Parts: sequence; C-alpha cells; structure tokens
Amino acid sequence: MEQSWKQAKAVFAGALGPPLFWLVLFFLVPLGIVWVYSFGQNQGLTEISFTGTFANYARALEPLYLKILLKSAGVAALTTFLCLVVGFPVALAITFASNRAKAWLLLLIMLPFWTNLLIRTYALMAVLRTEGYINQSLGWLWTHAGGLMTLLGLAPLGDFTPLELLHNNFAVVVGLVYVHLPFMVLPLYSALDRLDRSLLEASLDLGAGHLRTLALIVVPLALPGIMSGLLITFIPALGAYLTPDLLGGPDSQMIANVIERQFKRANDWPFGAAMSFMLMYLTFIAIAAQGLLSRRRPEARR
Amino acid sequence: MSERIRKEPPGPLEYLRRWPLRAWLVMVAVFLYAPLITLMAFSFNDSRRNIVWQGFTLKYYAKALTNESLIQAFVNSLTIAAVSTLLSVVLGAMAAFALWRFRFTGKAALDGAMALPIVVPEICMGVAMLVFFAKVLPWPQGLPWPLDLGAIIIAHVSFSFPFVAVVVRARMASFNRELEEAAKDLGASEWRTIRDVVIPHMSPSLLAGALLAFTLSLDDFVITFFTSGPDTVTFPVKVYSMVRFSVTPEVNAASTLLIVITVVLTAVALRLQGDPAAAAGHGVPDKTKS
Repeated sequence: MEQSWKQAKAVFAGALGPPLFWLVLFFLVPLGIVWVYSFGQNQGLTEISFTGTFANYARALEPLYLKILLKSAGVAALTTFLCLVVGFPVALAITFASNRAKAWLLLLIMLPFWTNLLIRTYALMAVLRTEGYINQSLGWLWTHAGGLMTLLGLAPLGDFTPLELLHNNFAVVVGLVYVHLPFMVLPLYSALDRLDRSLLEASLDLGAGHLRTLALIVVPLALPGIMSGLLITFIPALGAYLTPDLLGGPDSQMIANVIERQFKRANDWPFGAAMSFMLMYLTFIAIAAQGLLSRRRPEARR
Repeated sequence: MSERIRKEPPGPLEYLRRWPLRAWLVMVAVFLYAPLITLMAFSFNDSRRNIVWQGFTLKYYAKALTNESLIQAFVNSLTIAAVSTLLSVVLGAMAAFALWRFRFTGKAALDGAMALPIVVPEICMGVAMLVFFAKVLPWPQGLPWPLDLGAIIIAHVSFSFPFVAVVVRARMASFNRELEEAAKDLGASEWRTIRDVVIPHMSPSLLAGALLAFTLSLDDFVITFFTSGPDTVTFPVKVYSMVRFSVTPEVNAASTLLIVITVVLTAVALRLQGDPAAAAGHGVPDKTKS
C-alpha cells in the first residue's frame, strides 16, 4: 500500500522536488510558451505581440496547409498499415520460435533500431539514388539482357533509364516503413506471446485452417496489442521530420517540415506554433481514439 | 520415437518451420540490413562516386578521423550523452520512487505530465526548446567547452528522464514493501533504507534506463537540431549537414564506425544483462522518438 505523503514529508519533497522542478521548468513552460505564441502576431522582425487571435489556426486550416495536414495523416496511416502487413508475420514467427531462435530474431529486429536514425536514412538514400545500388543493378541487368538479345538477333533494348526512386512520396513511405518497423513488431510480439496457445490448438484440432484460426482467434485476441502497435507506429510517423526532409521531393512535405520552416527560415513563429499545436492535437486525438477503441474487450469469435 | 517426430512435418504451431514464413523473414532481414551492409562495404571502396567497386582502401577512414569538426562533433555527442544520462537516471529514479512510494493529490495529473515528453512529437519539443532558449533562458554564447553544451544537455534530459522513470517504475512493481518495513523495524533510518534496500532492488532497471537514455541522446537529431548553435554541433547534426549537400565516402566511414560502436555496446549490454531476449526488449515499446 502506498504511503500518504504526509507521513514522510521530507522524503516526499526530496524525491519529487527535483524531477517536478525539471519537468515544469524545462518541459511544460517551453511548451506553454509555444502555446501562447500560437495566439500571437508578428510585430516587426523579432517582436511578437499576444493578441489572442485565432488567425494562425485559421491559416493552418487554409487549403494549402490543410492539404499538408491531411497528407501527413495519410502517409502516416499508409506507413502504419504497411508496417502491420510486413511486421505481423515476423511477430508470429518470433512468438512461436524456440527460445534460442527467439532471442536472435528479436536481436535481428532491434539492431537496426539502435543504429542512428540519420545513418539509416542515409543508407537508404544511397540505395535509392538515381545512381544508387538498385538502379545500378537494374542497369547492369538491362545492358546484359540487351547484349543477350542482340546475340540472339533481336532488336537491342536501347538505353536504360534509371527509375526515379528518391525524392518522391514513394521514397518517404519506404523510409518511414524502414525506420518504424520495429515499433510495430515489438508490441505485436508481446501481445501474441501472451496468447493462450491451447485456444489456437483447439481451433486447429477442430478443423479450422491456419488462416481461419488467424482471422477468428489470433487477431481478435491480440487486438489490444495490435491497436497499441498501430498507435506506437502512427505517432512518430505523423511527426516525422528527417525522413521526408532527406528522402522526399518538393511535394512530399509533412507537417514537421512546415513547422521547421516557420521557425528556422520563414521566421513566422506564431504560425509555426499554431502548426505545432495542430500536430499535438492530432497526436492526442489518435491516442484518445485508441483508448476508446481498446476499451471494448475483444473476444475470440465463433 | 523422438527421432521419428523430428522428421515429421512441422507441428501445428511451429510457424518458424514453415517455408512461407521463413521466406518472409529473409525478405524482411534483407530489407533491414542490405542498406546498412552496403553502406559499410562501400566505405572501403576506392572511388569518389562511390557506386562501382574500385578496390579496397582505408583512405576515407583516415579522412574522417582527421576531420577536426567531425571529431569535435563526435566528442560533443558523447559528452552530451554521458552527462544527460547521468542526470536522467537520477531524476528518473527519484520520480519513479516518489510515484511508487507515495499517495498524494494530483498524482494522476503528474503521471500524465510525465508521459507527455514521451508522446509529444519531437518536432514540437524541438521548437519549444528553441523558443525557450531564445526568449526565456538565453544560453550565453562563447562559454568554454563543456559548458556551451548546456542547452542541449538540458533538452536531452527533458526527453530522456521520463523514459528512465517508466523503466524504473516497472521494476519497482516487483518490490516487496515488507522488506522496507523490516529494515525500518530493525532501526534503519529512512535514508539508510533507501540506500541499502530500495536502490539495490532498483539497480538492474537503473542500468537499463541508463542504456536507454544514452541511446536516445546519441540518436537524437531533431531536438538537437533546434537547440544547437554554430559552435555546438553534435554528430547527427554534423552528418546531416554533410549529407544535405552530397553523398561522400567520408560519411560512410564515419557511419560505419558508429555502427560498429553500436553493435559493440549492444553486445556489452547483452553480456551484462545475460538474457539477450530480455535485453533486446528493454524499454522498447516506449521509444516513440524517431
């Protein structure tokens, strides 16, 4: 049983004081200032006056920015879905592996995750570039296939045109899936690992196939874990800055890139602050939605 | 009998022994590792354009290791990670202890507030730090070396210590409060009880929390990007500015070194924690930063 703080005031104050002080001064206050700024107006170059205006939010909902907001949500949702599709079989394999294989498979998923994000993004750039490894390999195949066809007396294939793989929306989605896959696999694994295996065995014994067992038993029972996996992947993907910045083209900006530009280049802090809070509200809506959906307790269906 | 079972088709739940799943795992492994492995391999490639294999060389390592600003950025990163880890572990353990031990009004609110740095998008926290250090607490320019990193260290502690608190609190859930009472009955003071009974129980989670905080700090780009000045560049920020303009083999070499360091640290962490599976999962679903 927890102790009432009144019984040991000195210990309570000593333990809670420093972290509370830090949290308030170096986290809540900065965030609060940004929130206040979002209702302000630029006066001259560096002055910002607080007029309590909603103009910044109105501007954030103009078609240009609304489109970016919706697009970011769409890209994040697509990323989350692809992570689920790619990650679910992996989580399934890890769950039912022997203990030794399990440890190695988890390590396999975790090791890239511990590697610096910037390095991973950079590695992906080198693969996808116009002169990158994929285009190099395709070009090599193309030339040799062309040579082979000439040899056979057919018309040559012509020059190889490299695929445009980098600096577009495709690259952004690939990059986001690449970076966020572990976020999905680990919660899925921990949910699947807790399943009662006898239920699965019973279903298989009673003649249901693997796919049917998966759809009617495993997925409903693991639903809370799947939902938290979706959320844990969606939130960072929605606020991603580095991936769209380095892998995207001019039309693949996401919210975070707009925010960065307002603060670092356009110098329109009030608008940037409003965009930041739009992103925060979207994040909180996602969390609340997940909370509401997982309140209904799922059961295996007959 | 067991010999015969071995040769039978895989059991109903032995999904790992079925070929479609094996093929899928191989594909995912290629997807995850091929970019990193090619990056490492091509750091030894003797070609400026870095796409066709021209022969083995170490010259880009020599170049990276003599690049003064790159080395400085790397030293900065390690210093920031070390100091912010220390502070985060202390603050995180204190917060976890207070939340575990005491009942007080506003506890739910504090719980929520402690979760905020974990869920708030990095970019929002980055701009908050930018505004804070520009308007409220302008960090003096031109301080001697470790002190000029103060703003970045403060920002890193703010996002790491709640993670440490989560890890430590999970560990404290398994603590038997009667041990604490027994210590007090036997005449130990409050402080003595904490030092000799509570902290020893916490210690594995302190180590796990420290590893997590160190990784988060070393890995962070976005928040540092908004708090660093021209003289306080960290390794990710430096690599970013190099990558932004062109792909250079020097970056490949530096990245390879960092990957090797990561792998070695991981191996050490696994050794320390014994069970690779447990270590691989430490505090992970909480790492929502990207």
